[in-house]
Amino acid sequence: MTQETILIGLAGVLASAAPVIFAVLGETISERAGVINLSMNGTILLSAMGGFAVAYNTENIVLGFLAGMFIGALVALIVAFASITLKQSQVAVGFVLALTCRDLSYFLGNPYMGVPGPRLQAISIPVLSEIPILGQLFFKQDAITYLSFVFIFLAWIWIFRTRPGLMLQGIGEKPAAAYIRGANVNLMRYVYTVIGGALIGLTGPAYSLAIRAGWMGTISGLDGIGWIALAITIFGAWSPLRGAFGAYLFAFLQWLGLVLQPVLTTVPSQVLQVAPFPLMILTLLLVNIGDAEWVERTLAAMPESARKFLAKLLRAMRASPPAALGVPFERD
Amino acid sequence: MFRKLLINLGYQTAALLLAFGLVSLILLSVDASPLDAFRNMFTGSFGSLRKFAEVLVAFVPLLLVTAGLLVTFSAGLWNIGVEGQVVLGAISTVWVYRFFLESDLAPGLVITLAILGGMLGGAVWAAFAGILKVFGGVNEIFGGLGLNFVSTALTIYLIFGPWKRPGVASMSGTVPLPDQFSLAQVRVLPISPTALWIAIIAIVLVFIILQGTYFGLRLKAVGRNFRAAYMLGIPTWQYSMYSFLICGALAGAAGAVQVAAVYHRLIPSISSGYGYLGLMVAMLINYQAIWAIPVALFFAALNIGSIQLPIQMKLDSSLSGVLQGVLVLFVLLAAGVRQRFTRKV
Repeated sequence: MTQETILIGLAGVLASAAPVIFAVLGETISERAGVINLSMNGTILLSAMGGFAVAYNTENIVLGFLAGMFIGALVALIVAFASITLKQSQVAVGFVLALTCRDLSYFLGNPYMGVPGPRLQAISIPVLSEIPILGQLFFKQDAITYLSFVFIFLAWIWIFRTRPGLMLQGIGEKPAAAYIRGANVNLMRYVYTVIGGALIGLTGPAYSLAIRAGWMGTISGLDGIGWIALAITIFGAWSPLRGAFGAYLFAFLQWLGLVLQPVLTTVPSQVLQVAPFPLMILTLLLVNIGDAEWVERTLAAMPESARKFLAKLLRAMRASPPAALGVPFERD
Repeated sequence: MFRKLLINLGYQTAALLLAFGLVSLILLSVDASPLDAFRNMFTGSFGSLRKFAEVLVAFVPLLLVTAGLLVTFSAGLWNIGVEGQVVLGAISTVWVYRFFLESDLAPGLVITLAILGGMLGGAVWAAFAGILKVFGGVNEIFGGLGLNFVSTALTIYLIFGPWKRPGVASMSGTVPLPDQFSLAQVRVLPISPTALWIAIIAIVLVFIILQGTYFGLRLKAVGRNFRAAYMLGIPTWQYSMYSFLICGALAGAAGAVQVAAVYHRLIPSISSGYGYLGLMVAMLINYQAIWAIPVALFFAALNIGSIQLPIQMKLDSSLSGVLQGVLVLFVLLAAGVRQRFTRKV
């Protein structure tokens, strides 16, 4: 393989991670505020279909992306209403919406199956795209990939470097304390869930109008992306930077699976394509296992040097969810 | 008591009407007549004895999955991995069949062993989710989802790898099993009475376990308040594992029935999504075993009835999924509205 093909492949990895990044960022923001949006898998499919349909009918690609965001926000609003106002299980409502939106996208998307439609073009950024290696990787992408780069840092700055971001962490960790400090906990949860939903809604059109342009119904290959993004959110420990790293890692592994296919001929191609899933379970195990009681007991019984090293390793990988995740807030 | 029942009925009816109303609007938005669609779905499921037998074919695995999920829900667990447990049940069943392909054992014995093998396979797959949860701290939702994907990969690997058809491997599945390995059917109708009995015995057993035994009581205690149950001396993590194993075995039985009575081979979509659909049924009946049979039958009828939509009206059959989902959503919302309402009074 030449250096050129590797570079093109890696640039493709950055682009194909972009949709997943929007989903991970949206879910991160929503869960930071204490609301699990489990509808993600369905939202992505419905926004992919809806975004494509709007862009196709209006011949305006931007409207397609906005439609996707609107769909995402609307679904998130249902999750927020059911869980915050009606105090129903977030998991139950989210799961039902995940299936319903998926089926709705297949039902409504039927007329658009396989129809050729608009597609986002790559924009080479002048001067910067001439830089060797980096130019090819970062500055010859399409607009939505550039947007993914920007959003990673915006989300990170918002959560960790601003006052409202501090409050956002508060309503997910200690809502009672945030309330005493003057935050309208439930209103803020509504707002962040809907904003998160709008971000998740960008994921669909990022596929159907860019990476895998068009709507192909059940064979779009989009079913499952939402569940992966959910796992990456946890892997990312509810941090935009670590979450984005997870998304890139996932895209890289998928690309690696494709590249290795001709080499590992004994392994059917379908198996390599799902290789990230066992890895996903493994990573979830690694980020959570430090909390298990038996691990603490085993560690305590170990010799000093090994214990210190292992404990450090486990702590570095560990990811604890916001303390009030999934817990409704009552004022009294 | 009577008044409470009446109010309950009122909320359920309102949810049902709203669901049908919303789906009608969706149908109108694509220029289709809601009445035609619902009529096609009804005649497609109850229009003839054969159609009804097809509904029962879908009803059996759905009821088995629902029965299993009632156990994990009672233990406070969201066993989303049930889908993969169905798949592993099917894979194990095919494996047992292949093992006895050349043997002289009576076919009835092989079928029994194959179904038991399927239950074991489902239970083992559920045990993975349970071990990840209990010893690894991995939430059963995420562990289960990951295992679902792995089970699909395993199916495809077997179909295209070791178990491929001689000559060319294809998405149509593995080589069909010999006829004597199929569960007997009612003359020309596709339904197997044995499979139907297995499902009905399963839901009755689950009902008795949950309502009438000390085991069921302790399981529910674990589900309601894990910490308090632990303080009371209930071996909590063991109970979590038991519930995973029971649910996995029942889901495995669903997979076994899919092989032994329906497809007679391994196909890529062997679970037909009954795992996820079972979760919806369990939510809709508010985790009460007594309602499992009618609601599972209704959902199975929607699935089979919707097959007529692409044939008769050129609509996508996923409408049944939309209707089921919207129905569960409105029931959840109605429960919320009701709780809010009663809290204020």
